[in-house]
Amino acid sequence: MEFARKVGASVINGLSYLGSLATLAGRAAFAAFIGPFLGRPVRFQSAVAQAMEVGVRALPILSLITFFIGLILALQSAYELKRFGALNYVASAVAISMSRELGPLITAIVVIGRSGSAFAAEIGTMKVSEEIDALETMAIDPVHFLVTPKFIAMVLMLPCLTIWANSMGILGGSLFGVLQADFTWIRYIHASLEALFLRDVVTGLIKSVMFGVVITAVGCLEGLSTSGGAEQVGRSTTRAVVVSIFLVILVDLVFTTMFFFLGAH
Amino acid sequence: MPGIADPTRPSVSLDGPMISLRDVRVSYSGREILHGITFDVQRGETLVILGGSGSGKSTLLRTLVGLEKPTSGEVWIAGNNFSAISEAERDDIRKKIGMSFQGGALFGSMTVGENVALPLREHTKLEDSTIDIMVRLKLDQVGLSGYEQYVPSQLSGGMKKRAAVARALAMDPEMLFFDEPSAGLDPIIAAGIDQLILDLKQAFRMTIIVVTHELASAFLIADRMVLINKGDVMAMGTIKEMQNSTHPRVRQFMDRVPEPAVAQELDYLQMLTEQQPRQGSPSPGKSR
Repeated sequence: MEFARKVGASVINGLSYLGSLATLAGRAAFAAFIGPFLGRPVRFQSAVAQAMEVGVRALPILSLITFFIGLILALQSAYELKRFGALNYVASAVAISMSRELGPLITAIVVIGRSGSAFAAEIGTMKVSEEIDALETMAIDPVHFLVTPKFIAMVLMLPCLTIWANSMGILGGSLFGVLQADFTWIRYIHASLEALFLRDVVTGLIKSVMFGVVITAVGCLEGLSTSGGAEQVGRSTTRAVVVSIFLVILVDLVFTTMFFFLGAH
Repeated sequence: MPGIADPTRPSVSLDGPMISLRDVRVSYSGREILHGITFDVQRGETLVILGGSGSGKSTLLRTLVGLEKPTSGEVWIAGNNFSAISEAERDDIRKKIGMSFQGGALFGSMTVGENVALPLREHTKLEDSTIDIMVRLKLDQVGLSGYEQYVPSQLSGGMKKRAAVARALAMDPEMLFFDEPSAGLDPIIAAGIDQLILDLKQAFRMTIIVVTHELASAFLIADRMVLINKGDVMAMGTIKEMQNSTHPRVRQFMDRVPEPAVAQELDYLQMLTEQQPRQGSPSPGKSR
């Protein structure tokens, strides 16, 4: 009985958390896409600055990580493909698994670590030092002021980063292909492109947009619900990262399942 | 509604009260912090809200500016029932309010100038050059001329408060709220902030509400005072009335007498040192 009550309580908590996430994301999306037509312009400069921070500054580390991931994927698939004498399928294996799955996922995880945590820390600190309250007393909507620029930056930059990550992954795979599997660079890239359907890339990009929404909503919600002092900011940041990773993988599962059944027809 | 001291609807006319509270109750997660607060603040008046730590005076201020929603009761500001109007109307009233937070609450990512300019940029269609002039004017008023390009982290505590006041003044508000203006400042800087409040009061005839526990500062700036104790209005009146009050709790606050519990602890210390346990109270020295 006690157990059932606990399960029930955590289910209700989880659902209400998801509800708050959806509300926050909805308000940010409204302010981003509909607000400008109602005479409430988006803070464009702030969105550009956020896009710089979320997107451009993530490129070096993201490039390095996805290059390695591509190389690892090539090594792993070659291990199995070699037994069938099908080493020239390495290129397509890497290209497809990067574009459909690992590109968006690794990008999301890097962005969670860099930006999702930063959102929670920034907004959490503002909350603790009464800056969010100050915005409200100045009749400035904190969601419109703080969350919307981040939302726009995320939703635009995550697909861009994902495309970049896919390319770097394929490049990483090609290193193995050229050194170990009798490919030339040109042939490897050709083989990769031939293996890819537009559908593979697009499903990955749709996922990445959803990941962007999730990361922004979780990071900002954790920041906004910070109460107390500096140690709570740390806790919010940790929670933002853990919850984001969990939800991104959950969303990934949902979309992959959906694409699987849609693709079967 | 029960417990209303003055059931008449507050007057909306120009000489009516600027702010009226009617039996305002506020709860945090089921625990009631304010138990039915009722008072008026007249136009152009400086009201000091006094009270000890945890008395609910900060919650009261947050309720006045709309950061907390009363669980029951009404907050009337400039003739509008704050909790019954739409968000857009609330925002219109908020533009007439300037609030200076305890720690300043300046935006760390912006310069002092940008902080002061923010409400003007968000709510007016003024040219940038006009806004720059207004920012300089507001900073002059608080004695921070030439600090436009500084970021808040480069300012001292007192300067941060002044910058926060400049930001609160940006929209030429009718009402100005201060949360603990002299908290964490040395006496000289704190006196400077008091003088600033007095200057603003004289120059603009604004309605000013100050939450503080600094008696000296309260006596200097107040027209009237409200003493909040455990979520209730314990006393209200002019400085003279408060000083002459015979209410024991008011006297205790005015004369800075420690809580009885603290006094007992001192007795305890005395008992320990004198080895004379008093009757009826447990003594740690008994076992010896």
